Amino acid sequence: MSIFKSHQKLETNVFLLAVGILLTVITGGLVEIVPLFTIESTIEKVEGVRPYTPLELAGRNIYIAEGCYLCHSQMVRPFKDEVERYGHYSLAAESKYDHPFQWGSKRTGPDLARVGGKYTDDWHTRHLVNPRDVVPESVMPGYPHLLRPLTFTDAEAHLKTLRAAGVPYTDEQIKNAKADLQQQADPTAGSDAAVVGRYPKAKVADFDGNPKVVSEMDAVVAYLQVLGTMVDFTTVKPESLRR
Amino acid sequence: MTAATAAFGAKGDASPYLDDVVKKFVLASIFWGVIGFIAGDYIAWQLAFPALNLDLEWTTFGRLRPIHTNAVIFAFGGNALIGTSFYVVQRTCRADLFGGRGLSNFVFWGFQALIVMAATSYLLGGSQGREYAELEWWLDLILTVIWVAYLIVFAGTLMKRKEPHIYVANWFYMSFILTIAMLHLGNNLALPVALFGGESWWKSYSLFGGVQDAMTQWWYGHNAVGFFLTAGFLAMMYYFVPKRAERPVYSYRLSIVHFWALIFLYIWAGPHHLHYTALPDWAQTLGMTFSIMLWMPSWGGMINGLMTLSGAWDKLRTDPVMRFLVTSVAFYGMSTFEGPMMSIKAVNSLSHYTDWTVGHVHSGALGWVAFVTFGSLYYLVPKLWGRKEVYSLKLVGTHFWVATIGVVLYITAMWISGIMQGLMWRAYDSMGFLQYSFIETVEAMHPYYVIRAVGGLLFILGSLVMVYNLYRTIKGDIREEVAMGSAQTARG
Repeated sequence: MSIFKSHQKLETNVFLLAVGILLTVITGGLVEIVPLFTIESTIEKVEGVRPYTPLELAGRNIYIAEGCYLCHSQMVRPFKDEVERYGHYSLAAESKYDHPFQWGSKRTGPDLARVGGKYTDDWHTRHLVNPRDVVPESVMPGYPHLLRPLTFTDAEAHLKTLRAAGVPYTDEQIKNAKADLQQQADPTAGSDAAVVGRYPKAKVADFDGNPKVVSEMDAVVAYLQVLGTMVDFTTVKPESLRR
Repeated sequence: MTAATAAFGAKGDASPYLDDVVKKFVLASIFWGVIGFIAGDYIAWQLAFPALNLDLEWTTFGRLRPIHTNAVIFAFGGNALIGTSFYVVQRTCRADLFGGRGLSNFVFWGFQALIVMAATSYLLGGSQGREYAELEWWLDLILTVIWVAYLIVFAGTLMKRKEPHIYVANWFYMSFILTIAMLHLGNNLALPVALFGGESWWKSYSLFGGVQDAMTQWWYGHNAVGFFLTAGFLAMMYYFVPKRAERPVYSYRLSIVHFWALIFLYIWAGPHHLHYTALPDWAQTLGMTFSIMLWMPSWGGMINGLMTLSGAWDKLRTDPVMRFLVTSVAFYGMSTFEGPMMSIKAVNSLSHYTDWTVGHVHSGALGWVAFVTFGSLYYLVPKLWGRKEVYSLKLVGTHFWVATIGVVLYITAMWISGIMQGLMWRAYDSMGFLQYSFIETVEAMHPYYVIRAVGGLLFILGSLVMVYNLYRTIKGDIREEVAMGSAQTARG
């Protein structure tokens, strides 16, 4: 057959073989990835999704470093049981500022896409120190080391990096990054603190129950408490979710 | 004697090929393999008994799991792939390695240094948070340099070949090297914080976010399976199965069709990792469709491998090395049926997020990737060290059975726990409420996690038998034993 004859050209020329391979393997990715940047309906138009506060971002970085995504998904699928168990199914818009995404692929533990506000800060802190203190059957590791002070001295640079990747941090947010980080963990700041002005609905609290230091625990709990809370689903209209 | 003065293919003389570096890759593959298996089994026990996390930051499941996956895929598998590719390309081209000792040793030592740095980075919490691509930006750059050097050695050797044709195994190695390079560069586009004046020099943020990032990651993730764990190991199959069976590849035409179909279709399959997520439906459907189509070229490869044994099936009875190779191809066939099935959205709605996925990966990784590697190592080590045969074929048989029982325990435990957990999550009671809380479904997993960890332990034990056997082989020992299958032959 002629097609097998002409294949001999590829079999006898390294360059042709390499080009043939590259052309063959490049198509799928181009077709599947590029339109996600160009088709407008890919990301729903909903209100409320904002960039993470510096404290939440620090917590998110710890979440990534500890490999939480290996056991917890952040993606509620549109099934009756999942919506009842976790809440409204996840929108693409809700993770549009997530660099990297943390949708996960395994639920050794429950989904965390909407964990924000479901438990108290105190519960989270105890749970992270020793999960079996609050959930006896849990198989999650304990993270007592999170009680150490948080080092996030270059918060500004982190925000700038994310802005370059497309997250709309304002100059003001970047300038005040360090102050905002401190203030969000200061329970005396109150709900009219400057950080809340810059990041609407941000939760201000002494998350870990230790007002003396801003700990890694403060950051992680602040992150967990914001998950899934940015979009107010009582006001979202179905049209805005249509694709 | 320099390679240039040697008569290629001449028997009796010292090998004209550069085999020292191949030996190093073989030893490294065995070494990292055992470490990776132990790491995997340890985290398996952690899921059964969480106290094993030790409450230390460096020993939690979250930090050890990337060490396990990276060690087995890239350190065990990677060293086996690079090592065998250097062995195969020299022999099928009748040429020694391009770039000589210097460049190939650079690839070897660079790769080992990268593995050590990567493991250290993961232990200390340096991770990009992308599965199978946890390497931070600075490690990504080092890997890029090593990979380019590897491509130069491999492609350069193909260029100076004395054979007119490029053998089929080399097409697969070539597609593995090139596609992994493309995926690595595409998926690791990231902005280091250091570029913007930050002190966190090791940290970066991915250039893409949310849904686009998810698609890019699984375009990479699934094709790490497709090109690292499949195309690369199919190359090994195409060389070592015919060699060991002493039969030619079953069908040359089938190898052409299945090669191009496989590499074309694989790349589209990524979205099946994102079924029912916020990824647009069109992309999910596209991923599912191509995943199902992928079944055909996959089985084309399996058939080509298995049918190579035509006329040599009796070797299954007498040669345990052949058993490893054939069983690996059978597992390949099984996983590449299971995969397309799990990519169907209705099936995936049950299987996704559960242990079924973990079981599926391991039937491929243990049954296919590790077994074809073991078979190839048992063939390769005596050849490389100039021994007639391995120290003991009986011990190869022991390894085979211990490992096979381990794999079967592993995957059956994960099928049961995965399907059970998926069903429990969606179960409703007669009042119309969700029947189980999440933690009840975690509790129900315990016995299966223990069985899985025992299966993993058997797999490790088997690999230790291999270490001993190959050590004695390299030492030059031969164990006195009755050839396998000879008793039956005597009976008639």
